This record gives sequence, C-alpha cells and structure tokens, in this order.
Amino acid sequence: MTATTHTTAAAPLAPVEEAHQVRRRRRLAPGRRLPATRLVGPVVVLVLWIAASAAGLLDPGAIPAPWTVLETGTRLWTDGTLPDDILTSLQRAASGFVIGLTVGILLALVSGLTRTGEALIDGTVNLNRAIPTLGLIPLFILWLGIGETFKIAIIAIVVYIPIYLNTHAALSGIDSRFVELAEVQGLSKLRFIREVVIPGALPGFFVGLRLGVTGSWLGLVVLEQINATSGLGYMMFQAQNYGQTDVILVGLVVYGVFGLISDSAVRIIERRVLSWRRTLSS
Amino acid sequence: MAPHTEQLTRPAVQLRGLTRSFDGRTVLDGIDLDLPAGQLTALLGHSGSGKSTLLRAIAGLDHGVTGWGSPLLERSRELGGGQLTAPERVSVVFQDSRLLPWRRVLDNVLLGAEGKDAGRRGRAALEEVGLKGRERAWPGELSGGEAQRAALARSLVQQPELLLADEPFGALDALTRIRMHGLLRELWERHRPSVLLVTHDVDEAIVLADRVLVLDQGRIGLDLAIDRPHPRSYRDPLLGEYRERLLAALGVTEDHR
Ligand SMILES: Nc1ncnc2c1ncn2[C@@H]1O[C@H](COP(=O)(O)OP(=O)(O)OP(=O)(O)O)[C@@H](O)[C@H]1O
Ligand SMILES: [Mg+2]
Repeated sequence: MTATTHTTAAAPLAPVEEAHQVRRRRRLAPGRRLPATRLVGPVVVLVLWIAASAAGLLDPGAIPAPWTVLETGTRLWTDGTLPDDILTSLQRAASGFVIGLTVGILLALVSGLTRTGEALIDGTVNLNRAIPTLGLIPLFILWLGIGETFKIAIIAIVVYIPIYLNTHAALSGIDSRFVELAEVQGLSKLRFIREVVIPGALPGFFVGLRLGVTGSWLGLVVLEQINATSGLGYMMFQAQNYGQTDVILVGLVVYGVFGLISDSAVRIIERRVLSWRRTLSS
Repeated sequence: MAPHTEQLTRPAVQLRGLTRSFDGRTVLDGIDLDLPAGQLTALLGHSGSGKSTLLRAIAGLDHGVTGWGSPLLERSRELGGGQLTAPERVSVVFQDSRLLPWRRVLDNVLLGAEGKDAGRRGRAALEEVGLKGRERAWPGELSGGEAQRAALARSLVQQPELLLADEPFGALDALTRIRMHGLLRELWERHRPSVLLVTHDVDEAIVLADRVLVLDQGRIGLDLAIDRPHPRSYRDPLLGEYRERLLAALGVTEDHR
C-alpha cells in the first residue's frame, strides 16, 4: 500500500501545468475595419493603369492613358459641351428619381397601412415588376414620344419598384409585439403609425432607396445610349461612332462619380436617421 | 392588515364567466375572478394552462374573445360570454421589455403619455426604477434587467389603477430577479395599483403576493391568501406551508422532486 501512494503523489505534477494552459479562441469576425479601406482597391487599379500606360503596354486606341482622358475631359469641360451634357443627364435622372421616390413611398404607405389599398395596389405593382421595365421602352416611345417625358417616366418606374417593394414589406411586416404594446399604451391610430409603424419600417425603406438610386443611373445610361440626342450617354454614343475611346472613358468616369456621390449621400443619411442601429451591431 | 378591509369592499376587477377556446379547445372555462383594489395577486399555473390568455383577455388585447370592445375603456362590458368590470387605466408589463429600439429610453417611457408634464413624469418614473441618467440611452445599450426596469417605468407613467404583468421577470437571471422583486413590491407600496402578476415561479408568488391563484383546467383551482408581513424572506420557514399547498395544487408531489 505504501509503495503505491508514493508513486501517485509524485508523478502527476508535471503534466498538470501543461493542461492548464489557456487556449485562446480563434476569432471568427473579420476584425476592426481600417480607415478609408474602401478606397484601396480603386487606388490600386488606378496605379496599375498609369504604370501600364507609361510602360506602353496598353493600346492607346483601346484603353487611352489616364492623362489623355484627363486632357480630353478638361477640353470637353472648357468648350462647354460636357457641362451641358452633364446637366441634361442630371435633370433626367433627378426628375425620374424624385417622381419614382414619391410614387413608391405613397403607394407603399397606402398599401401597407390599409387593407383596401393593399388589395388594389400590391398585386398591380408585382405585375409591373414581373415585366422588365426596359422592355417597356418601345411602348412608352409610342405613347409619350421620344422626348424627355418618356425617359423620365422609365426612370421613375425603375426607381419606384424597389422602393415600393421594400417599404411595403417593412410596413406590413411590423412586429406584432409592438402592435400589442401600442394598444396597451393607448396610442391613437395616427400616433401608432407615426411613432411605431413608420420608424420601424425605415430600415426597409433605406434598402429600397439604395436600390432605387442605383436603378436611376442604370435606367439613365440605357435610355441615353439608345434614344437620345443630348446628354452624357449621347456623347458616348457619338464617340463610339468616331472611335474616340477617351471620350467614352470621360463619360464613364462621370457616371462613376455620380454613382459614388449619390450612394455615399444615401449612406450618410441612413447612418444619421438609423443611428439607433449602431448600438445593436457593436 | 386593517387598512385593507376598506379597500376589499371595492373590487378593481370583477370578472364573471369568461370562456375562451381556440379551435374548439376550451382554454378558459367560465372564469370568475375578483381582484380587490390595491392588492397584489399572483397567478400560477402550468405552462399552457391559459395564464397569458386570461391576462390578455382582461387587458383587452385578445381580439378573438367574443364581446371585445375597446381596451377597457368602459367600466363594464361583455367578455367571453361573461362580464368584466375593470378600471380605466390599465397597464401591461410583458416578459420582454418591448422597448422600441428606435426611441431613446425616456421617449420609450413616454410612449402614449399625454399632457404637458409628461416629460417630468417620465423622468421621475425613471428615477424611481433606478435609471436616472440613462434617459438618452438607446434600448440596445441596456442590460436585460435595466430594460425591464424601463418597461416598469413606462407602465408607471400611465399611473395605472390595474397593472397586469405576464412573467415580467421570466427572462432575467436569478440575482436580478430578486432585485426586481424588491423594486416591484416597493413601487406597488408607493402607488398601490391592483396587480395581477402571472408567474410560473412558486417562490416568486409567495414572496411577493398577498394572494395566489392557481389556474387549472380552465378554472381557478386554488385561491390562497398569503398572510405574512412584508418584506418576506425566501427562507421564511412559515412560507414553506404555502409552498407545499401551491405545489400540491400544481400537481407536484414529493416523489416528483
Ligand atoms: N392565438 C392562439 N391560437 C391558438 N391557440 C392558442 C393561442 N393562444 C394560446 N393558445 C393556446 O391556449 C393555451 C394556453 O396558452 P397560454 O399562452 O395562455 O398559456 P400560459 O399559461 O400562459 O403558458 P406559459 O406559462 O407557457 O406562458 C395553450 O395550449 C395555447 O396553445
Ligand atoms: Mg404565458
């Protein structure tokens, strides 16, 4: 008996220490975001472009050098054609967007807050969604002529659909627990809508808004390149006929800048309005 | 317990013959219930016995129960084939705090509050539940216990004559729950609403309530007055006898434990 107790008392000391080493968990989330990381990719592309052009690796007829594009851009800007085209395009996109936004919100409110509205509107919009909007172009040209009205109408349709769909889904998907709460607190119908339903639907609305903004640029590009006599797309279309790649690139850069600015604007507004959400994700 | 006798003559809630069934299955079978004004009553029962159903019917939240009018605006109305008399100002505390995530804590507390002095009342209520200084916090920044205290403050602002609470501490950890018991009792003593507290925790019922009801087979199976002074200790041996009776009524016998 004495022999066994001796051995068991001495032996286990060494391995215990090893077993007690704390194992650190592998971190699964990507970690903290670095500042301005979203610019890294574009900057790398730009640097590669400059380097390849300087080294003479690119055919200037297919992809002109960045400085050529810059020169052409400055020339078009100073002779007044570029500002004119930009203004025309912006007006189209903005009018279509504002109309689409208004219609989308109004329809979503009526359809999301009343049963009659839902019966009348929701099915109709979904039918409209089933038809690709750009496929409506020939019909709209016959109805409205080939002027500005038809372009604005098409852009408005491209914009209103995602805004309607997302806002309507958010309005009608309100958490039933919050409905119960509003009943308990004795809220009037109006205050219920204003203080519970609409704030609760804002995140969904913003999803639709961002899709709508993207849609308005997409609609604009398509419309201007096939049936226009002015605007950025027309400028690019003309350049294609004369093989002016640099002018086409100027147009693309302007489109890109517009897209970035509008998307950032929506993001900033969204972050302001939905500031309460940051507390959930942190 | 002398001051109670005067209040006992004036029932805050009088319910006669409430019946509620879902798809032919009767959950509440002709419930009769009197809640004296200013009394704290606990309602026990198995899971699925219909506690929440009863509370929601009294709160006017059950739109499927026949005879539903508007949420307790009338003092007396038809309900579920029976008759309900209840006070005008009724408030409900849910198991989840149900704070609107897009409103700051003070604005949540003021949801539905009317009048010029609402802001002042809201701040006072937050101070009472120990959340002074958190007025501008977002609900997402509160702990579970803090959120539930904010929910209590939201009910306080309504100055309810009847407070209905459906397992208000069910989602909290044991320590926080004991703190909340103290707070609820304190608030009740200061404002004296009639309280119907739904719980499945026998000890919670015994420590807090003046009276414990057991819901069984769609009826009030046991109506037990707990005649011990407050504050009560969880370890008071005299409460053991009440615990035994309640557990027996719930069908939990020695060999189950
Ligand atoms: N809306 C409903 N539709 C159908 N059945 C329901 C509905 N609400 C409740 N029930 C049924 O009624 C019975 C009682 O439900 P209730 O929620 O009142 O139980 P409870 O006593 O609160 O239980 P718990 O302690 O688990 O919360 C359950 O069998 C439930 O399935
Ligand atoms: Mg329940």
